[in-house]
Amino acid sequence: MNLHEYQGKEIFRAAGIPVPPGEVAKTADEAVAIAGRLGYPAVVKAQVLIGGRGKAGGVKVVKTPEEMAREAGRILGMDIRGHTVHKVLITPSAEIAQEFYAGVVLDRKSETPLLMVSPAGGIDIEEVARSTPEKILRLHLDSRGLPDYRARAAARFLDTRWDVQKQLARVLVRLARVYRDQDCSLAEINPLVVTKKGEVWALDAKVVIDDNALDRHPDLAELRDLGAEDPGEVEARERGLSYVRLDGTIGCVVNGAGLAMATMDLIQYHGGKPANFLDIGGSSNPDKVTAAMNILTRDSRVKAVLFNIFGGITRCDDVARGLLTALDRIGAKTPIVIRLTGTNEKEARDLLSARGMTALSDMDEAVRAVIARAAEAA
Amino acid sequence: MSILVGRGSKVLVQGITGRDGSFHAKQMKEYGTKVVAGVTPGKGGTDVGGIPVYDSVEEAVARTRADVSVIYVPAALAQDAIYEAVDAEVPLVVCITEGLPARDMIEVASYLKGRSTRLIGPNCPGLITPGQCKVGIMPGFIHTPGRIGLVSRSGTLTYEVVWQLTRAGMGQSTCIGIGGDPIVGTRFVDTLALFEADDSTDAIVLIGEIGGTDEEDAAALIERHVSKPVVAFIAGQTAPPGKRMGHAGAIVSGGAGTAQEKMARFERAGVPVAKVPSEIPGLIAAALRAKRPARLKLVSRAKGAGKKKTALRARKASAVKKTAKGKTAKAKVRPKGKATTKARAKRAR
Repeated sequence: MNLHEYQGKEIFRAAGIPVPPGEVAKTADEAVAIAGRLGYPAVVKAQVLIGGRGKAGGVKVVKTPEEMAREAGRILGMDIRGHTVHKVLITPSAEIAQEFYAGVVLDRKSETPLLMVSPAGGIDIEEVARSTPEKILRLHLDSRGLPDYRARAAARFLDTRWDVQKQLARVLVRLARVYRDQDCSLAEINPLVVTKKGEVWALDAKVVIDDNALDRHPDLAELRDLGAEDPGEVEARERGLSYVRLDGTIGCVVNGAGLAMATMDLIQYHGGKPANFLDIGGSSNPDKVTAAMNILTRDSRVKAVLFNIFGGITRCDDVARGLLTALDRIGAKTPIVIRLTGTNEKEARDLLSARGMTALSDMDEAVRAVIARAAEAA
Repeated sequence: MSILVGRGSKVLVQGITGRDGSFHAKQMKEYGTKVVAGVTPGKGGTDVGGIPVYDSVEEAVARTRADVSVIYVPAALAQDAIYEAVDAEVPLVVCITEGLPARDMIEVASYLKGRSTRLIGPNCPGLITPGQCKVGIMPGFIHTPGRIGLVSRSGTLTYEVVWQLTRAGMGQSTCIGIGGDPIVGTRFVDTLALFEADDSTDAIVLIGEIGGTDEEDAAALIERHVSKPVVAFIAGQTAPPGKRMGHAGAIVSGGAGTAQEKMARFERAGVPVAKVPSEIPGLIAAALRAKRPARLKLVSRAKGAGKKKTALRARKASAVKKTAKGKTAKAKVRPKGKATTKARAKRAR
């Protein structure tokens, strides 16, 4: 689960990481009122769950209330790579002397959290890794977390002044602690700045919480901003489905994540474009199938839907029943191609043929068929 | 006996009184697996379909000599279940449970270092040696005994491929789902080493997906240490970056972990990559016919060589690659092929 910058900063603040004051506004008037309290120059920052805000014009420094009203009004409602801005964070502008990077991620290879710091802050760490990899220091964290002496070593890599190093080391120790205690998948400060007065501040916060750990962090689970997510993805999650929206025209409903990915690939291989990833999981509960059909048929780009079910523990006849129930409930007109194979395949075919529907058993054949149906419908 | 599990394996089921645990314990038993015990704290002394239930893994192992444990407990309890099995020194632990927090697995991975238990999973379908032993949730009927080893990060996609192999007349030695999480107990490289050393396996199918670099590590290992033919398939070529595709570990992050990179790496290692799952049986058949030439035999003898030899090895490999096609006919009559045929005939009797 991705958090907004302002939410990440709250977590940092609670952990003792210095974060500049700031408040969230939903209207230009609110933005002006907040900046009036915090002072000018101020920064207005779009709060969206996607990177590249700055480049898209979603972050601006403003010097007067008039400018604030204009810029906040412009940013609120703007579209950043498919995400509409509903909130802006207003924060005082800092006098920056240096920009660093600090982040903790899961390093799959070593099976440990990895702290990365770089004196080249303010730009994408992936970009730094490509162009100047020597500017990144990597420290694998073990069960001790980040001991102070290692934090001091990392701080020395960033700055030569002892009073700045002390502040940086403290931030790094606390960042490593946040990563662990809050079950983060990513805890990143970019930029981590030193002001002209020699103070260290986290000017941005990118925090991603491990979805699998939300059950033990009810406080964090509440931070989910449903308005900032794709409505289809929100509904899918509520129904226990795993759904990701893509750009194509062919909807797919599949049991199992690997098979769902392979189905998308196969659609592309045969010349079509998948509209989504959708895993209904091991269950053949008709409600799940109905929910899946609801999400897909509501999407006007979807011209045809492919069901690809490999019956193992999931029984094909259960899925067929679910599909028929779903069709009765929502009366979808979208063409459907069904591929079923495995457990109770015959029963499923009988159920479907009683309703004038047929099911294929070969995956490639089904994909070619659904592409043809989508082309006819387009 | 194929790898990891076989006729002699004695299986214990952690979480046997739960919905999934009881259902699959019965399914495994029906398949012919020796399911000797179940564990659910507080339910000791009862039984599930004739399988005795104990309060602890320690007690279950002491009473039944179980040497495989399969875990079906909810995600919040899974780390503890793994620790319990490891501390009872169960040699093979298979965690089916999906949804373990990554932090729990970081801790488990660190605890397992230097201990003798092998963990498979979490978030996996388990493993099966067809006709002998099924440990997990896969449908038994799609498998058939044979000599193809299969390892995968997925569940239903594995079933799909197994089913295609079975219908093409290619039985399996052992099929292992290693799990779709970012941290798993057993990785591709571990299973490749086991299949390479296994006399019952002639060729290997590897099914990877986006995220992480385990496929790249597998390709590097195959280049140097695997003499048996390997065919790979990678799911997620159309997956958008930054989005988790169902599995916690299936995510392209920071431009790394794409299907394209993984496919290219396998091709560089001389491993045929299937573009679609239905190509896999054909590629395996072709690879077995063309049984790879001597280069890898040479290389594995040079194990532990210094840097100089590595360079030499690379040159040799590329030289052989160029001529590999021409050698097909010769490779067919290699003695190893004969032994295989004999073994097949023997089994058929």
